[in-house]
Amino acid sequence: MKVRVMRGREWARPVRPVRREVLGAAPEVEQGRPPLLFVPGFGHGAWAFAEHWLGHAASRGFPAYALSLRGHGDSGPAPEATLRAYAHDVTQVAAGLPRQAVLVGHGAGALVVAHALARYPARAAVLVAPVLGGWATFGAALRSNPVGTLPAVFGGPLRLHRRQLFSRELPEAEARRYADRLGRAGRRAQWQLLTGRAAEPAVGDPPVLVLGSPDDRVVPATALTRAARRYGSAPLLFPGMGHDMMLDARWREPVDAILDWLAKDPAPTGRP
Amino acid sequence: MSTSTDHGRPDPEASTLALTRDGRPVSDRGDTVCVVGAGASGLTAIKNLREHGFGVDCYERETGVGGAWNWRHDRSPVYASTHLISSRPFTQFPDFPMPDDWPDYPHHSQLLSYFERYADHFDLRGHIWFGTEVVRVEPVAGDRWDVTTRSTGGYGPERTSRYAAVVIANGHNWSPKLPRYEGLEEFRGEVMHASSYKDPAQLRGKRVLVVGAGNTGCDVAVEAAQQASRCWHSTRRGYWYAPKYVLGRPADQVNDALLALRVPLRVRQWLYHWTLRLTVGDLTRFGLPKPDHRVYETHPIANSQLVYYVGHGEIAPVPDVARFHPYAVELSDGREIDPDLVVFATGYLPRFEFLDPAVLGDEAGQGRPKLWLNAFVPGRPTLAVAGLVQPDSGIFPLSHWQTVLFARLLRLRVTRPDRADAFAARVTAKAGERYAGPVKDSSRHWFEVGHADYLRAVQRALHDLEEK
Repeated sequence: MKVRVMRGREWARPVRPVRREVLGAAPEVEQGRPPLLFVPGFGHGAWAFAEHWLGHAASRGFPAYALSLRGHGDSGPAPEATLRAYAHDVTQVAAGLPRQAVLVGHGAGALVVAHALARYPARAAVLVAPVLGGWATFGAALRSNPVGTLPAVFGGPLRLHRRQLFSRELPEAEARRYADRLGRAGRRAQWQLLTGRAAEPAVGDPPVLVLGSPDDRVVPATALTRAARRYGSAPLLFPGMGHDMMLDARWREPVDAILDWLAKDPAPTGRP
Repeated sequence: MSTSTDHGRPDPEASTLALTRDGRPVSDRGDTVCVVGAGASGLTAIKNLREHGFGVDCYERETGVGGAWNWRHDRSPVYASTHLISSRPFTQFPDFPMPDDWPDYPHHSQLLSYFERYADHFDLRGHIWFGTEVVRVEPVAGDRWDVTTRSTGGYGPERTSRYAAVVIANGHNWSPKLPRYEGLEEFRGEVMHASSYKDPAQLRGKRVLVVGAGNTGCDVAVEAAQQASRCWHSTRRGYWYAPKYVLGRPADQVNDALLALRVPLRVRQWLYHWTLRLTVGDLTRFGLPKPDHRVYETHPIANSQLVYYVGHGEIAPVPDVARFHPYAVELSDGREIDPDLVVFATGYLPRFEFLDPAVLGDEAGQGRPKLWLNAFVPGRPTLAVAGLVQPDSGIFPLSHWQTVLFARLLRLRVTRPDRADAFAARVTAKAGERYAGPVKDSSRHWFEVGHADYLRAVQRALHDLEEK
C-alpha cells in the first residue's frame, strides 16, 4: 500500500481526549533499554499485564508500561469508540514515553498496534496471539464459542469463555477471577474487527515479532502464520497455552522470548 | 548502520583526504548527510534521515533545539504571548502527536517542549553540534558538499567537512524586513521591528503605531489595545481576519472538512463570507479598508481579537504610512498622528548567507530561489531545503514529508539510480511550480503554499518515486 500524506478527514475531526490508565514498572537500574508499551486486547485492561509481565520486564532491565484502551480498565468511558480512537490512545501514550517505544499488542490489541504503527515509528513491535480481524477470525470464534460471539454481531458484548483464554494448567479459581474482570470493547470497534480496513504500512520499518500458541482457541494457528508472513517472518509458538498468554500458568516463557528477542537488538526491516 | 555519526569527530589530520579549492584540509564524512539548523525542520530532517539509515551531522548555531520556537535564542521572533495560529492536527508531526489534552492552539513554550521531547524521544541530540554555525556550503565534484563551520560568534578556527548531501533548514523567520520610509531617521520616537518585541510591558502606557497586518502585527496591535494608551494599526490594504473558531470548532478544521470533501475554492469563499456575515459583518463600518481580494488569496490571518478591539475603539485602523516627521507620522490619506513607539511588524525574509545564491537557482540574487516543491534544486540532486514554505496551516508536517521524500530519494540514488535520475528530471522540469491559488503579491508570496495542494503534490512525488 502507498504512503498516505493527506488525512484531511482526520485532521478535521481529531479524536476526543479521554482519561487514560497507564500502569508502569521501572527497572532498578536504568540500562538504556527501550521502553515497552503493552496494549491489551478487547475486554482486557492494563491490569492483565500488571499481573506478571510488567514486573518481569522491569526485572530484566526494560522500563515497561501498559495502557487501558478507552472504555476499558480505569480509562475513561467511551461506548462509541472506534479502532481509530484506540490507535490514537496507543500513539498518545507511546509519544509520551521518554524514548522510542516497543509496542506489544495482545489479541485485538495487536490490530490496534498494527494501526498505531502507521502513525508512530516504533522501535519494534510484538504481536502476541494477534487478532487481526476479518471474516476468518470471526468464523473461528463462532465455531469455538457461538454463544459468546453471536451477540457481538448485533452490537452486544463479545464474551470469551475462560476455557478459550486459559489452559487447564491455570487453577480454576484464578481463571474465574480473571474472566470476571473482563470488560467489553465499543460495538463500533467490534464491527470494525470484521469490516475494518487493513492497517496501513508501518512507518520507520520496525522489526516485528509474532508469537502465539497452536492451542489458542481464539486465534487459530493458520491465522498466526498469516499474521507473521505479513511481516516477513514465522510465528514463535508456545504449545499448551491459552489465548491470554500473559495470564496463563506459563506466562514467563513468552515474555522471556520477547525480551530475549529485544535484547538482541533486532535490525529494522527494509534497511539497506 | 554506518559509523559516521559516532561522536568524537575523527582527528582532522588523520582523516584528511582532500583539500578545498583554496587548499585547506577537508575531513571526509563519507555517506553522512549534513543538516543546517536544529529547529523544527532540522529536527525532523535528522529523525527521518536516521530512520532511513543515514548518518547525520547537524550544525546548530544556538545551544538548544527548537530554532525560532526557542525564546532563549537571539534570532527567535517569538514574544511572550505567541500562540499557534493553526490548530494541533495541522501543526504536529504526523508521526509524533502532541498530547491530546493540550489546547487547540498551544502556546510557544508548549511547542518548544514538544520539540525538546521529539529530540529526546528519537535520541537526536547526539547528532547535533551545538554552538556551531555554518559559514559556507560549497558544491564539489560528485554531487558532494564541503561544509565549513566555526564556533558561533566567529571564535576558533574554521573546519571543513565533506558530506554526501545537505539539508538546509535554517528557517525563514529571523532576518527582519524593514521597509524604507522618508524621514524615518529624523523620527524622535522609538522604532522597533517586531522581532525585538518580546513583552507587552514594552507597550504599556505608550502611544503605539503598529505597521503591518500579518499575524504578528495583529497580535501586537491587540496587545497594544490592552496595554498602550493609544493604538493605531496601519495596513497597506484591507484583509480578511479569520476567527480562530467557527461553528464551534477550530476554523482550520472546518476548512479542512470542506477540503476533504473537495469543495471548490469559490464555494468555500462564499461559505466563508457567509459565516463572517453571521458574526462581525461588514468590517468597513469600523473604518477598516475593504479587502481588495477574495478570502484565501493572502496568507491567512487568524485573529479573533483584532476586530473585537477595533469594535471597542481600542484600535484605530489607519492606512499606509507616507513619511515620518520628527514628532509625527504622516499617513497616506494626509492625516498626521503622533505615536511615541512604532512597531514594524513587516515580516522577515529568507536568507542563506552561507550559500552562493546561484546554487539555489537565484542567479540575480533577489532572494527567490527556484525550487521544485519548495525543496528540491534543479541540477543539485543531493541538496534539499526544508521548511521554506509559508502554508495556510502548520509548517512542521510539510517539513516532515519534505525530508521523508529527500531521505527516500537519497536511498534510491544507491539502490535504483534510474529512479533518482527520473526524479532529478522532474525537479528540473517543474522548478518554480506553485501550490496555492492566486495570491496577492508581496515579498514572501512566492513561497506561500496551500497545505492541501502542497501535500498532495508531495504525495504524488513520493508515489512516482517509489511506484513499482
